[in-house]
Amino acid sequence: MNKPGTSGLIFNEELIFERSRPNRPGVPLNPPDVPLRDAGDLIGAENLRDDIDGFPEVSELDVVRHFTRLSQWNYSIDTGFYPLGSCTMKYNPKVNETAAALPGLADVHPMSPDSALQGILGLASEVEQILIEISGLDRVTLQPAAGAQGEFVGMMMIQAYHRARGDHQRKRVLIPDTAHGTNPASAALNGMEVVEVKSGDDGIVHPAALEALLDERTSALMLTNPNTLGLFESHVEELAELVHAAGGLVYLDGANMNALMGVAKPGDMGIDVMHFNLHKTFSTPHGGGGPGAGPVAVREILEPYLPSPIVRRDGEQFKLDADRPQSIGRVHGFHGNAGMWIRALAYIRTLGAEGLVDVTETAVLNANYILAELKSHYDVPHDRTVMHECVLSDRKQQSTGVTTADIAKRLMDYGFHPPTIYFPLVIPGALMIEPTETESLEDLDRFIDAMRSIAEESKTSPEQVTSAPSLPKVRRLDEVRAARKPRLRWTQDQAE
Amino acid sequence: MAAKTYEVPDDYHYSTSDEWVRVDGAVVKVGLTDYAQSELSDIVFVEIPEVGTQVEAGQTFGVVESVKAVSDLLAPISGEIVEVHATLDEHPEWLNEDPYGRGWIIGIAPEDLDAVEALQTPDEYRASIKERSGT
Repeated sequence: MNKPGTSGLIFNEELIFERSRPNRPGVPLNPPDVPLRDAGDLIGAENLRDDIDGFPEVSELDVVRHFTRLSQWNYSIDTGFYPLGSCTMKYNPKVNETAAALPGLADVHPMSPDSALQGILGLASEVEQILIEISGLDRVTLQPAAGAQGEFVGMMMIQAYHRARGDHQRKRVLIPDTAHGTNPASAALNGMEVVEVKSGDDGIVHPAALEALLDERTSALMLTNPNTLGLFESHVEELAELVHAAGGLVYLDGANMNALMGVAKPGDMGIDVMHFNLHKTFSTPHGGGGPGAGPVAVREILEPYLPSPIVRRDGEQFKLDADRPQSIGRVHGFHGNAGMWIRALAYIRTLGAEGLVDVTETAVLNANYILAELKSHYDVPHDRTVMHECVLSDRKQQSTGVTTADIAKRLMDYGFHPPTIYFPLVIPGALMIEPTETESLEDLDRFIDAMRSIAEESKTSPEQVTSAPSLPKVRRLDEVRAARKPRLRWTQDQAE
Repeated sequence: MAAKTYEVPDDYHYSTSDEWVRVDGAVVKVGLTDYAQSELSDIVFVEIPEVGTQVEAGQTFGVVESVKAVSDLLAPISGEIVEVHATLDEHPEWLNEDPYGRGWIIGIAPEDLDAVEALQTPDEYRASIKERSGT
């Protein structure tokens, strides 16, 4: 079978500053046909900026070549398989881009009066209704700009709820050791105290472990389901009942909704508030191609605290309602990253309800296929049917000195983006693989072949793995030196 | 390459979160064990509190960051921090190179010196590493 990405010509490229030559203009301008006046006379000399030292002087072609070459060093879902666990790096259909670029949507001014925003507010309301249906909850805000901001907003609303009830002592957030890493940060940023819940030997949280930590200080349980081991928290209903009985609320980190969408509703599991990652589950661009979008869904009891304003339907008209005295306030300059929820709507409408169920089922099938095909080659800490991702470890490779980092680097030589590594922390040397539903059987098989070859090389020629990668533009980087002695910007004196 | 072995000196006590303590007169020195530094791999940043900070056993007193992970440092015993190893700021690699010596992190004036005796003995700690790493 053909290995992807193992031949081709990649150009070396210097920094744009190093391409600079004195007095080389980008575009030559004609002399002005009006009298020149001194800028200092017009706005005051004190308002003029000093010359920028080392500002690059380059031609248009220099700029085009520079950035085109850099773009060719890049790796993206459009060039290859990108199995980063818990990141849901699915293909982003181009029709989403077409929809978001429609002039009637892209050129709307966010400061326009509601009467001039009826179309886009109608779409916002439609996205909210769909997310309500998928979550099994009652209301949605589209404002949060990413998953972590969604978590932050969710925890803020939970705090507002407890305060409104006079429960000022409820500051403790219980977070399983298999949750996403952002969860403790979001709780701590809200001034809450984080308490870790240990998962059981089977990789999921057991009611007894949770119950021992619940008391009148409990604010919330923050659950990632499926968790970062790719396992469904099958006690979720009982966990939620225990938290509710203790007076707390249950937050769901919805980053892994690609395993549940259309099949199981978090509201039915006892979840009170959750965020979605539109840039994961709903195929909007991810990472450098973002921005993200992290809508939050809540149960009725939290509705008063939703960020302001909210979209309200008033007969045939849509309004932005800011008259919300108990709201936690605005969390985004305008109504969220609108281009993102428009893309998500295009995705949802393209697939339809049945298509979304197919997405979930195929995502789960693909992860289990990879697990089944690799489990005789790699250690599987929890050998169970998984959801949308699976976790392997480097335990079998350690005897020849090959580590998870080496396996990840070697995958680049085979033309694949490495999976998430060393996370979750509960599994030493974790390799967390999320294939998503958009990969074909042939691409999954190529990845599996690569992983098997690396397992074989680890036995027969480990140095081939520990010295990888050999093919990418940039070989193994000195990550330690980069972290200990970072050089964050180019300066003239470094060049000299 | 044989399975890794980890240094567990006999004159130290050990917390369940992989900190060591060594009684040094009236002060108890605290650092990270060889097993902990090996699991973390190359440590690139250490955040240490100021002298005078009160710490409670089991509570976070600082943070270590490696190329693999960010990890809390938990106080093995309660007391007041009376010494901090400020040079670690410049030399986080000492935590890897000499975890039981130059890699010491803080000195605590303990509320109760006997609390040290309640921590794991070297043998208990060796057993706990064995259970976790399978070596």
